[in-house]
Amino acid sequence: MAEATDGRAWFEIVRDVLKRHDVSLVTYVPDNVLRPLIAAIEADPFFTSFACTREEEALGINAGAWMGGLRGILLMQTSGFATLPNVIASLSVPFQIPTLMMVSERGTLGEFNIGQSLVARTMRPVLDCLAVEHHTMTRLDEVEFIVDRSITQAVATLAPVCFILSPLLTGGKVFSK
Amino acid sequence: MVAVPNHPVSRDQAKVMNRYDITRRMIGLLHQDEAVIGGIGYTNFDLWAASESPGGRRQQNFYMLGSMGLAVPIAMGVAIAQPRRKVFALEGDGSILMQLGSLSTVAARMQKNLCIVIMDNGAYQITGGQKTMTEQGTDIVGIARASGIAQSAWAADEDAFVGLIGRSLKEDGPWLIGCRIDNQKPVDTTERNPARIRDNFMRGLGVVK
Repeated sequence: MAEATDGRAWFEIVRDVLKRHDVSLVTYVPDNVLRPLIAAIEADPFFTSFACTREEEALGINAGAWMGGLRGILLMQTSGFATLPNVIASLSVPFQIPTLMMVSERGTLGEFNIGQSLVARTMRPVLDCLAVEHHTMTRLDEVEFIVDRSITQAVATLAPVCFILSPLLTGGKVFSK
Repeated sequence: MVAVPNHPVSRDQAKVMNRYDITRRMIGLLHQDEAVIGGIGYTNFDLWAASESPGGRRQQNFYMLGSMGLAVPIAMGVAIAQPRRKVFALEGDGSILMQLGSLSTVAARMQKNLCIVIMDNGAYQITGGQKTMTEQGTDIVGIARASGIAQSAWAADEDAFVGLIGRSLKEDGPWLIGCRIDNQKPVDTTERNPARIRDNFMRGLGVVK
C-alpha cells in the first residue's frame, strides 16, 4: 500500500479508485467535508454527478442505474445515513443490489452540534444489524486498499458497502462561530 | 419543452378510471422493451396482472416490495443508465407524496426518456382506504408543473390516457401523467421474490445475459 506516498489527497485517491472500477454515477446530498471530493468528481468528465433532494432518493437512483448496467456511489453525511435504514433493508439487501455508500462522519472527535453527536451513534449499530459491510477510514495509506477491495467485494457478492470517512482522515468539520 | 394543452386543468375535472384497465392499455402500447417500474402496493399488483400474456409475462418490469416512494428515483436511475430506452414509473398518490423532491430532480436533469404515471385514488387503499392529501386539495400534476416538469397533464379519460402515453413514447420528456382511479381491488398479487424480480428485470434490459 505505497499509494499514499505519491502526494494525492484522500479525495483524489477515492476519485481514482472509483474511475478504475467504472463507478461513473455519483449522487450526493452535500456536506462540507465531502466538498473537495465532489469538486474533484465534478471537474472530471468521466463522472455523471448531481445533488439529490434526499439520500433515499439518491439510493433509489443508484439502484435503478445499477440494474440498468451503470455503477454508482452515494455520498452523504452521518445524519443523512440515518434516513436510510428502510430502503437499505427493503431495496438494497433483499434485491441484492451492491449499493455503494460513502459517509462523511460527523458527531465525533470535536463535534459541536448535539444533534449530530446523537444521530452519529445510530450509524454503526444500523449497519451491523443489517449485516452491511462497513469500513472506517482513518489513514491515508489505507484508503486505496479499502475502497478498491470493498467495491470488488460488493459487486462480486451483490451486497451493499459503506465507507465511513473519519475526521482522522479528512480533518472533519471544526467549531466556528 | 412545451406544456400539454387541452387537458383538464385540475384533478376534479379528470374522469375516474380503473387501474387495471389503464395499466393494460399502457402495456399494450409498449413494443420496444420499454422498462416499467411499479411502485409498492396495488400499483404494482395490477402491473403484474396486466403484464401476463399467452407468450409469458413481460420481463422489462421491476416490482418494488418496500422502499415506499422510490419508483420515480429507480426509474430515473434506469433512464440515466440506458438513455435510448424509454422508462416508465408507475406510482401511487400516497407514494409520490413521500418523495415530491424527486420530481424536482427529474425536472432539473430534464430526463428525456422518463415518463411518470401517477395512479391517484386519493387513498392509502391497501391499508384500509385512509384519505391521502390528494383527496384534501393537493394536485399532483400542479406540483409536477411547479417542480419544472412542463409536460405534466391529467388524463381526461381513457382515450386521453392512451394519447398521452403515445406521445410520451414518441416525444422527449420528462412526462408526468396524472390518472384518477377508482377503489377497485387489483386483479392479481405480485410474486414476492426480490432476487428473482431483480434478475428477471436485468435480463429483460439485456444487462444480465
